[in-house]
Amino acid sequence: MIKHHLNDATLMSYAAGSLPEALCAVVVAHTSNCSSCAKKVRDMELVGSLLFDKIEPVELDGSAPTLALRGIAAEIDSVIKPHSSADNISSARAEAEIHAGICSEIPAPLAAFIGNNLDDLPWKRLGFGVWHAHVGPESECGRGDLRLIKVAPGQVLPEHTHGGTELTLVLRGSYKDEIATFGVGDVEDVDGDTEHQPVSDAKEGCICLIASESPAKYRNLVARLVQPLTGL
Amino acid sequence: MQLMEREEKARLHPRSSKSKEMSELLSRVAERGDVVAFQELFENFAPRVKSYMMRKGADPNTAEELAQETLLTIWRKASLYSDEKGSATTWIFTIARNLRIDRLRREFPWQALPEGHNEEASDDTPPDEQVSERERKQRIHTALSALPRDQHEVVTLSYLEGMSHSEIAERLGLPLGTVKSRMRLAYQKIRESVEDLQ
Repeated sequence: MIKHHLNDATLMSYAAGSLPEALCAVVVAHTSNCSSCAKKVRDMELVGSLLFDKIEPVELDGSAPTLALRGIAAEIDSVIKPHSSADNISSARAEAEIHAGICSEIPAPLAAFIGNNLDDLPWKRLGFGVWHAHVGPESECGRGDLRLIKVAPGQVLPEHTHGGTELTLVLRGSYKDEIATFGVGDVEDVDGDTEHQPVSDAKEGCICLIASESPAKYRNLVARLVQPLTGL
Repeated sequence: MQLMEREEKARLHPRSSKSKEMSELLSRVAERGDVVAFQELFENFAPRVKSYMMRKGADPNTAEELAQETLLTIWRKASLYSDEKGSATTWIFTIARNLRIDRLRREFPWQALPEGHNEEASDDTPPDEQVSERERKQRIHTALSALPRDQHEVVTLSYLEGMSHSEIAERLGLPLGTVKSRMRLAYQKIRESVEDLQ
């Protein structure tokens, strides 16, 4: 049972096609299992089509429709019916749905990118009881930051500096912060300046998908844990 | 819904009539690869798609290519659309939107992710909701036109210019929180306008 949802402003930006990419990944993963957010997105897409309707058209060069139609004629000639040209995306989706059937722990759209086993990921140790794994090639992440974080039971989730919105989706276990307890499927949608100190569940720990608008800089956990002791 | 009722509704709401027409064209493309219907769709949508792409910074040539590609995608995926599932314009908007994300905002190489489940017209809409789809659109249209100027502004920048909340905040010289609350308030009014249609 999902208790914590995405902010309406986040959903609207997603429907508008203007939400930073890393955040989109969390929105897609959450809405694939959350009918109430998915329903909001549909109304928000309707808003998009109404605004799109009123756009001032820019005439195409004369040859354009013929070019597109020529492309279509070529497709007809090669006996490709509209419905038979399933592209990579649909096959990735179909594959993801199969994965989802086997292991519903990972939302289908995400499974297409990370596979179906959370325990099988190339986890890298970030500090005491905390691991992370990038989704997609790290070097190509552009402005945003998207990664999975695995936290051992009863540990503090890594604090990181960032700007703008941060989205956290729980995939396994749960965590608790000053705001609430977040379980599987829940998403926490906060501004960068919100201070919170999430602690993972004492028995299960947690695995989360975390996205932030700007590149995240995870503070060295060891340094942070040692700091109070050494007084540095 | 009975045909007569439908026609009556179309007469009362010219916008619905146009959108119904678009749905029919799209269905003809889906069902029998109707090239004439496609040409009509092309003439109706391609110039607006071109304009939409230019607003996100595409030069006229690129925008024209993207408009063609959008319409070709509509041709190829027409079978995924069904007029019982929702508005044709909304479906077409989502395709143009996804293509714009894909081509004009290369932040991540794995662009398929945001397309996810939304490009397909939703297939989980119960029958009673199908009936109210056009009414819904009409009401949202009214609510959208009635938005206070500051809310309408952030909504337009987000949808048409493709600006993120942070970019809007920068452009308007506002705190990020203000931009987000204007978006939220705008959505609240839109939701209120269709609340009794659930």
